[in-house]
Amino acid sequence: MSKLPSSDNLAGTIDYRPPRKSWMEVPPEFRPGTWSYPGKPNNLKALDLPNPREWSPTDDDWQLPENWQEIIYEGFMDRLEKYRSLKVFMDICVRCGACADKCHYFIGSGDPKNMPVLRAELLRSVYRKDFTTAGKILGKLSGSRGLTTDVIKEWFLYFYQCTECRRCSLFCPYGIDTAEITMMARELLNLLGININWVMEPVANCYKIGNHLGIPPHTFKDIVDFMCEDIEEITGVKIDVPLNKKGADVLVVAPSGDYFADPGTYTFMGYLMLLHEIGLDYTFSTYAAEGGNFGLFISQEEMKRLNAKIYAEAERLGVKWILGCECGHMWRVKNQYMDTMNGPADFMEVPRNPLTGTVFHNAKSTKMVHITEFTSDLIKNNVLNLDPSRNEHIKTTFHDSCNPARAMGLLDEPRYVIQNVCNNFVEMPEQTIREKTFCCGSGSGLNNEEFMEMRMRGGMPRANAVKHVRDNYDVNMLSCVCAIDRAALPPLMEYWTPGVDVCGVHELVGNALIMRGEKERETDLRGEPLPGKEG
Amino acid sequence: MNALYSLVLVLALILVPLLGAGAAGWHTLFGIIIPYIAVAIFLLGFIYRIVKWGRSAVPFRIPTTGGQQESHTWIEQNKLDNPSTTAGAVGRMILEILLFRSLFRNTKMEHHPGPKLSYGSAKWLWLGAIAFHYSFLVIILRHMRFFTEPVPLPFEFLGTLDGILQVGVPSIFLTEIVILGALLYLFLRRVVVPQLRYISLPADYFPLYLIFAIVISGILMRYFMRTDIIYIKELTMGIVSFSPTVPSGIGVLFYIHLFLVCSLLVYFPWSKLMHLGGVFLSPTRNLANNNRMKRHINPWNYPVKVHTYEEWEDENRELLKEAGIPVEKE
Repeated sequence: MSKLPSSDNLAGTIDYRPPRKSWMEVPPEFRPGTWSYPGKPNNLKALDLPNPREWSPTDDDWQLPENWQEIIYEGFMDRLEKYRSLKVFMDICVRCGACADKCHYFIGSGDPKNMPVLRAELLRSVYRKDFTTAGKILGKLSGSRGLTTDVIKEWFLYFYQCTECRRCSLFCPYGIDTAEITMMARELLNLLGININWVMEPVANCYKIGNHLGIPPHTFKDIVDFMCEDIEEITGVKIDVPLNKKGADVLVVAPSGDYFADPGTYTFMGYLMLLHEIGLDYTFSTYAAEGGNFGLFISQEEMKRLNAKIYAEAERLGVKWILGCECGHMWRVKNQYMDTMNGPADFMEVPRNPLTGTVFHNAKSTKMVHITEFTSDLIKNNVLNLDPSRNEHIKTTFHDSCNPARAMGLLDEPRYVIQNVCNNFVEMPEQTIREKTFCCGSGSGLNNEEFMEMRMRGGMPRANAVKHVRDNYDVNMLSCVCAIDRAALPPLMEYWTPGVDVCGVHELVGNALIMRGEKERETDLRGEPLPGKEG
Repeated sequence: MNALYSLVLVLALILVPLLGAGAAGWHTLFGIIIPYIAVAIFLLGFIYRIVKWGRSAVPFRIPTTGGQQESHTWIEQNKLDNPSTTAGAVGRMILEILLFRSLFRNTKMEHHPGPKLSYGSAKWLWLGAIAFHYSFLVIILRHMRFFTEPVPLPFEFLGTLDGILQVGVPSIFLTEIVILGALLYLFLRRVVVPQLRYISLPADYFPLYLIFAIVISGILMRYFMRTDIIYIKELTMGIVSFSPTVPSGIGVLFYIHLFLVCSLLVYFPWSKLMHLGGVFLSPTRNLANNNRMKRHINPWNYPVKVHTYEEWEDENRELLKEAGIPVEKE
């Protein structure tokens, strides 16, 4: 791991001036802290993916298959036919540059190849040469270049410096979506066995065991039991959590990050308390024990392989509908891919909240409801007893996760929940929230240790907006609806904005929720004394 | 350098009719044959490109959502930026195509010491783009008076409206001033802003120069080296009625203007200018965000190898039983 410069140093050295040399003549530089370790051969083998081997991006020889150019060429051709998005996005960019300063990695690094337009040109330049008339006639004048191993290395560097957050796509006059381009580039790289282990290992784990973190079923149960003990200690209420229960009404799917580490675990406790309190007939599954889907960061095929488990398990258990917990990229998959890939889910019913009678028409085909849609409905219908003063020590702002914001539009549901469970809520500046939200800097499988410098750079715009509300409004909590955020934002806050903690929305719900038969609470879910109960 | 290549190219394009139609006097070639070929290439090329895009599948419905989704009845949906119906998506496209809505969102990031980042409003690019595209459109429509007889009222009216300033003889068209200003702005920002200069290709400068040259040659003809419109209209009407003749008395300046327009037409379908057609096909904009309501079909969806529950239970049965988790087979 590289040594991370101090935040003062880092911010001061960002230089937005591009180099003198044309970008095609600037070779990729593999500086520690800017790239992630490659996928380990055993993980590739577990998924039957090509070219498993030990290698490092700093090697001269990446041990590519002999016919690697042909593989890329054919893979590209295949995807141009399969994805109109790719074809149109390759052709219509006018390089107006509106996207340039919308990318958090460009803002944090100044590297021109992190401007979305240039990131896409890395691919386009090769496309032009091989697939367009102009490129064939005009050659370099058309902005095209040949496919060399240096190009492949550059692709690896920069398509793993993109978190697929889609902020640039919002500002593009043609809606060119760098996430789509990055996804295609990563698919192509994967054909050669080029990928990163922080994506590959979770996918292998999830495929084989059932969740990204490789937590086996009995350990899942141990963790849940442990959380229930904590809940009992804090609230005096004993709860049971159904696992793999056939005939339950609702299958609940959470990202594994939420039952693996703090502060996600507090959010998970919030889910458990809520589900218990309302008496929902639900179950978790230890087979489909992952809401997230790092397959999204490899290829549509890997995404589909992992995602298939959820409908399969829902059908086996005979549930009526699915409730999905707080996770960002998970909801990209659930909202935009799941039904198309693995549907139709016609063995289930249109989701209906049994406590309020609300029918979730917006999920009538996919049959999966976001937990903040669900909880906001409970609150609106006065089903819950809430005491927001138990969050009085918390002054929170809300980070819109990229995917719920820009691939779904889940904006007001979490805000409604937060404002009903917490008296102190402050918005960050308008240009940094809702659909214009900034990435945590660690999405799309880049939340690993060795990538820390780029994470801190990419997270700078988000952290800077938090700093604004910390300094002006004494905000001390950054709430979010994403498990990657809950893992990635704490180090980001510590680096740029000390004094701000990170929590999930349902942690705040858990704190405020008055449960039947509960004792007088002394602490919040973190074991911190409640206001007025100190000492 | 890229800016220079394109300049040389456009100058060379001007030289062609200067020599061909001017010095050599090949008026039939430059007045009739090349325009027919250019229009044919433009039309066929445009259709070819659209069809080629259209033939690629749209496997997933992937709109970039720009506002609140359709949710509870008591949460207000942003129906234009996050449409859930076809009508909403059409509305979003209309705003995008006619008003450049996404570009209107543009901001400019500033990095102050601290660090302190700010994102100010930056509408100049939007304004430049709107000014350029709309003045170009008006100019094209104004030119319809060369291809119609009698000239329909709307085209006449457009000409009158465009010349409303009534300055000079003939009176100056507003669009001529606006398009020159917009072209200059679009060019200057490419040269002046370091990041833009860095990403600009010859293909970014070339159409700017070409259109600039077309406008200038048009202005020269109208105000400075007056060309007799009667002859030009004879030529253009001959072309549209497919009985082309080349009247004498048309100066070389007209042939330059015409040849540059033909160059633009020929270049158009193979270049980034096809954003005119492509913007309609962009899957992040032209689809409704109704994935969970209405299943989208992927035409090439294929079965994949999955780890089934049965396999998984076989691997974990003892652990499951020990933990008291129900199993299918004891």
